[in-house]
Amino acid sequence: MLRRRLNRLFGGDEGRVHSRTIYVGHKSCPPNEAYIPPKFCDNRIVSSKYTVWNFLPKNLFEQFRRIANFYFLIIFLVQVIVDTPTSPVTSGLPLFFVITVTAVKQGYEDWLRHKADREVNEYRVSVLEDGRRIRKMSAKIKVGDIVEVEEDETFPCDLILLQSSRDDGTCFVTTASLDGESNHKTHYTVADLESDLQYLSATIECEQPQPDLYKFVGRMHIYRNSQEPDVRSLGPENLLLKGANLKNTQKICGVAVYTGMETKMALNYQGKSQKRSAVEKSINAFLLVYLFILVSKALVCTTLKYVWQSKHDETWYNEKTQKEKETNQYLKMFTDFLSFMVLFNFIIPVSMYVTVEMQKFLGSFFITWDKDFFDPEIQEGALVNTSDLNEELGQVEYIFTDKTGTLTQNNMEFIECCIDGFQYKHGDGSSELDGFCVTDGPVNKIQQKAGREREELFLRALCLCHTVQVKESTKQRQDQIDQIDQIDQIDQVDGLGLDHEFLDPPQKEMGFIASSPDEIALVKGAMRYGFTFLGLESKNMKILNRNKDVETYELLHVLNFDPVRRRMSVMVKSKTGDILLFCKGADSSIFPQVRQEEVERIRMHVERNATEGYRTLCVAYKHLSAQEYARADADLREARLTLQDREEKLMAVYNRVETDMILIGATAVEDQLQDEAAQTMEALQGAGMKIWVLTGDKMETAKSTCYACGLFKKNTELLELTLRTLEDGGRSREERLHDLLLEYHKKAVQDAPPVKLGITRSWSVAGQDYGFIIDGASLSMVLSSSSEPNSRRYKNLFLQICQNCTSVLCCRMAPLQKAQIVKLVKNSKGNPITLSIGDGANDVSMILEAHVGIGIKGKEGRQAVKNSDYAIPKLKHLKKLLLAHGHLYYVRIAHLVQYFFYKNLCFILPQFLYQFFCGYSQQPLYDAAYLTMYNICFTSMPILAYSLLEQHICIEVLLEHSTLYRDIAKNAMLRWKLFLYWTALGIFHGLVFFFGVRFLFSNPALQDNGQVFGNWSYGTIVFTVLVFTVTLKLALDTRHWTWINHFVIWGSLAFYVFFSFFWGGIIWPFLKHQRLYFVFANMLSSVSAWLVIILLILLSLLPEILLVVLRKPRGPHARQKKSSAGDPQSPQSSARPLLTRTFSDESNTVI
Amino acid sequence: MMASSYNAKEEDGHHSGSSTHGGTGAPKNKKPDNTAFKQQRLPAWQPILTAGTVLPAFFIIGLMFIPIGIGLYVTSNNIKEYEVDYTGVEPNSPCYDCANSFTWNSTTPCVCTVNFTLTQPFESNVYMYYGLSNFYQNHRRYVKSRDDSQLNGVQSSLISPSKECEPYRTNPETKQPIAPCGAIANSLFNDTLELYYSQPDGNTSKVTLVKKGIAWYTDKHVKFRNPGNDKDNLTERFKGTAKPVNWMKPVYELDPSDPENNGFINEDFIVWMRTAALPTFRKLYRIIQKKPDSTPTLASGKYFLKITYNYPVRSFDGRKRMILSTISWMGGKNPFLGIAYITVGSICFFLGVVLLIIHHKYDTRSNSADIPN
Repeated sequence: MLRRRLNRLFGGDEGRVHSRTIYVGHKSCPPNEAYIPPKFCDNRIVSSKYTVWNFLPKNLFEQFRRIANFYFLIIFLVQVIVDTPTSPVTSGLPLFFVITVTAVKQGYEDWLRHKADREVNEYRVSVLEDGRRIRKMSAKIKVGDIVEVEEDETFPCDLILLQSSRDDGTCFVTTASLDGESNHKTHYTVADLESDLQYLSATIECEQPQPDLYKFVGRMHIYRNSQEPDVRSLGPENLLLKGANLKNTQKICGVAVYTGMETKMALNYQGKSQKRSAVEKSINAFLLVYLFILVSKALVCTTLKYVWQSKHDETWYNEKTQKEKETNQYLKMFTDFLSFMVLFNFIIPVSMYVTVEMQKFLGSFFITWDKDFFDPEIQEGALVNTSDLNEELGQVEYIFTDKTGTLTQNNMEFIECCIDGFQYKHGDGSSELDGFCVTDGPVNKIQQKAGREREELFLRALCLCHTVQVKESTKQRQDQIDQIDQIDQIDQVDGLGLDHEFLDPPQKEMGFIASSPDEIALVKGAMRYGFTFLGLESKNMKILNRNKDVETYELLHVLNFDPVRRRMSVMVKSKTGDILLFCKGADSSIFPQVRQEEVERIRMHVERNATEGYRTLCVAYKHLSAQEYARADADLREARLTLQDREEKLMAVYNRVETDMILIGATAVEDQLQDEAAQTMEALQGAGMKIWVLTGDKMETAKSTCYACGLFKKNTELLELTLRTLEDGGRSREERLHDLLLEYHKKAVQDAPPVKLGITRSWSVAGQDYGFIIDGASLSMVLSSSSEPNSRRYKNLFLQICQNCTSVLCCRMAPLQKAQIVKLVKNSKGNPITLSIGDGANDVSMILEAHVGIGIKGKEGRQAVKNSDYAIPKLKHLKKLLLAHGHLYYVRIAHLVQYFFYKNLCFILPQFLYQFFCGYSQQPLYDAAYLTMYNICFTSMPILAYSLLEQHICIEVLLEHSTLYRDIAKNAMLRWKLFLYWTALGIFHGLVFFFGVRFLFSNPALQDNGQVFGNWSYGTIVFTVLVFTVTLKLALDTRHWTWINHFVIWGSLAFYVFFSFFWGGIIWPFLKHQRLYFVFANMLSSVSAWLVIILLILLSLLPEILLVVLRKPRGPHARQKKSSAGDPQSPQSSARPLLTRTFSDESNTVI
Repeated sequence: MMASSYNAKEEDGHHSGSSTHGGTGAPKNKKPDNTAFKQQRLPAWQPILTAGTVLPAFFIIGLMFIPIGIGLYVTSNNIKEYEVDYTGVEPNSPCYDCANSFTWNSTTPCVCTVNFTLTQPFESNVYMYYGLSNFYQNHRRYVKSRDDSQLNGVQSSLISPSKECEPYRTNPETKQPIAPCGAIANSLFNDTLELYYSQPDGNTSKVTLVKKGIAWYTDKHVKFRNPGNDKDNLTERFKGTAKPVNWMKPVYELDPSDPENNGFINEDFIVWMRTAALPTFRKLYRIIQKKPDSTPTLASGKYFLKITYNYPVRSFDGRKRMILSTISWMGGKNPFLGIAYITVGSICFFLGVVLLIIHHKYDTRSNSADIPN
């Protein structure tokens, strides 16, 4: 019995592991079988971390997992348990403050998440139950529910598409929020279903939830009249994913297969891994040093205490308490050690973490606020996703940039075409009605030669061979369905045809939607020459020709684009009954498939266009006889219906059909450069950054973009490692790779002038620039060579070559390869700081991999932006982000860190020294209030203000002289040398403070009435000197005094004085000790105290002033500000094909 | 880390609901404000410390500090100070016997007399200090061993003193609370010093020692208060408390002659309660007022110091001193400040000169080489 049950359980488990069975509409299937509702999770989305109940323990646990918090907790506990010199309040209060603030912040964030969850979970959806439509909360959707979704709605869970309002059983979705692709994707209903879902009785068997968005395997069993069930295969084209939006389709019905946290979207969501900045690593290193200082101080004091005690036994005036006498000697030693730790623990202050976090958090606002980052086009400014990396922006050594959409605008424009070898260029100056006939100068004559027939065929091909959809407003579509407003439409389009210079408002209304912007550019290009694509209506494609006649073609088949074939075709049937196949694709994939006569003439054009940085496509066509078509049609249908290897079979059919075509012409589409791309790149290179272009694009196109951006210059010698060069020479690729690598290595690394520290940074001085080009295939050969030792060697050679090149171009990269390269460089010698910038979903991997990921708020969805650390609207903003913001943040935080360690060292050193004068008894030098307030109130605000506002060099100068960025490269301000300098300074100050006052107190009668000062006066004088010196030291370092700096610096000093008066002015009823009662006032009544305070402050600052004077003068930069600020912004405006041309023309000679 | 908060929810991509409603609603103008603060363009003073600006400062500091230092040094030197060590360590010293025969429970005070000669007359007010060496008043256990609220006259603290006073909190035998409790009070300095002047004519005259004005005014009048009602007898007010174990008389008999100087507000007591900063310290004991006529307060000549030797310091190798000192506006004699000022002033001046030379040498070149690279 039990075993059987167990077996069943196991069996059930097994079943769960492999697949799940879903009963569509919760109906038992086959109808006579008992229906056991299977258990799946509900559609509730939980992204929140806490609930009301577990918030406190969970949050506290997580907070104390941070080393720093845990350390302070330990210190606090030690203070509570052990008899320590300072009360637990001194460290408990700041800790409590930090913990509370963080908890409140995290609680608020979680509340926001709860709110968002609730919004999603309580969103009303329509569910069909027994033929009725029921509105229910999204969270209540169960697996098996039939859900109805209307246009523009988001799918509430993963659905199998059962029914669509479109006749052809398709629906369109966008998956921008999933993978960042904004194009419309077509999904299909399950074939041959009952039109009334109420009577559908079916089960779905499908795999367990898995995160791959593009994989889905399932089967649908449809039960009809108790026959054998029909089986349909289900693929990803039937699956609608949660998070995608329904477009261009009125409504669909689908059955829920994955819900809630099991949807592909939820499975794909991962928290971003925490990135840590180099500064943070430095902080941790410094912390270790200070921890060491702390422990050794405590050890020294404990040891000396027992040495001292052996000589000074218990005196009669200061007997031990009973408890002390009874404690075990070793335990006593240990608690003494802990007491010293507590006494000196202020050397590692809680407040540093708070201040650093505050600085980062508040500082990041300056990026969002910067109006220079505001892009009027998208009405958005910069976005900061993490403030942890602000300073890392000032440390970038390698930039990895995407090409399309980052260096270029991803804004395709039809530039020219070539028909039968004749060039047609859409001239800017031509305003003729028929822009096609008359084009600009030189080509004018030639252009006449192409036959009108060929022209029109070419243009029809452009109009027909695509998957572009016309975006209609709902009303328009309604009209179209009614087939009434045909004429209106034409009129509207007429307007377009007439005015091809500027987009008319009506034209704007009629947008095109396509999977790639090239297609739109082509359709628009054809439109300019008089052929307008009107749209697809129930398999009929309509185009408006030059004579304003509507031509209708029946769309027979679309042979989809895929990256392997690199072409796509359509089969259409014209009114006259001719069956035509139009094909367009990359030159390399079209040329072998066409008759060879035409090729040479067009190849010339294509290659010229490619080197000019245009994206080229070739267009071919073919007449199909009825028999040919019938065969192709049958093949295609058969292939489409196969369940196994469908893709391969389809491809085979495609390849069979797309042969013996006739080449008509080629097109050139320009992807314009981003605004100021070249200037930005130049500035970044000037700042010592190495720029690598990682793109999936063709080498020629990418190379010309590099020339256009100035990444490759006229005199740059290009080292090429691509399949082309690898296949030269006729030897095996492996051998060739080896030789090439060695050759390039010799050129770029060995023959380069000897590398010295100074010179590497200013490569521009060294004679020859090298550019390196590698493609995806070669890269994978380099990275994963057959033999392990070779592979490592190749990697090293590759890296060394690349590091010696000015810029590197990696083309034909898969997203993962992009990340691989970033990782390779990131982990190379010296661990350089890397930055990735990109705009598309394919850049996400490298954005996540690099130290700093920048997203461009481009056209390819928001995926990159969401995964980035910073998002900017345009590439040109990168310059200011790095050169100005990054530089300033780095200087600010580096100074903040050094200053914090310094100020706590000179705070605690006198306390340590005092132990030598009080019998190592852990007597604090300062009052508890001072101990607590020092870091919180007296010295925290000036450094915070400094670290937010400082501009040691003003922004304009930073932008103008990009070389200044090199001054802070390699964590220059947090090197050990500087750390030692600050530590030495802290020690010097601590010694001056303590011994200055010590000598003064050799005669404690310091008042003019002969009265004497005690130990608290001693501490107060030291503390006063300390607060003033430390604050004035910062004032000396401040180069940029805004009113806030003034307010905060003088304000904290005033506050210190005021507080001291106040603290000593009252007998505090709740305090055990009135140690400071009138101590401060009495101190001020003593002339000697004044004199010593002034003297010690001055003496402490003297070396600092001296150093400032002797340091290299920074003056000129600040002075230049006035002259440069007045300059009008250089009127360099948007994209320049001109630039492209000049650079690439020159480049031709070099290559 | 903090800024990530806003995106946490967006990342999840959970706005399936909102996106349909919100869509591209009213385009919010997200253009950042063009305020000076947000654009980091606040008007700012950008001081540049160059040799040119700092040089005069160095000279000014030098020129100011050196005279101040000289003034301080001279002032300090003009202060007359005389110190008598009466610990009685050496066998031939007058207090040797007292120091050696000391027992805690002796009833008869041991008195010794130390002779000394003032070679110069002491003008104006003369301050008499007692000094202790190797006495760790700043030991932590010692410093905290007091109850300030008891000393402030809080009745409850009088009856049950703070735990900090252990082991001087309650009398071990009677279990009565000790007033004043704690180690500091318990170890109150209780030597009595009297100063006699041997007049040239052979007579001796007692020098009047004023015991008022030796403690901080605020301590005497605010911080230290006797418990209970002012009208009651002081003895009554301390009823139920025990004297500190090492004291010979209870707190209300510290100065029976003057009710304003008795109990907790006894100035000797208050002075003692202000713990010293260093193990070698001095505390103000008495003031010798300037005489109305023009004769010096302490004429040069022979004096003898009569000590009632109650306070044992030999056990911890301590020293006891009596110091007579005049006072200037800067306090007691201490050459440190003067020397320090002169030194710092000279350094500044010297640096000024060096800088001036450097400045002159490099000035001509600096103009061409200011922009790096």
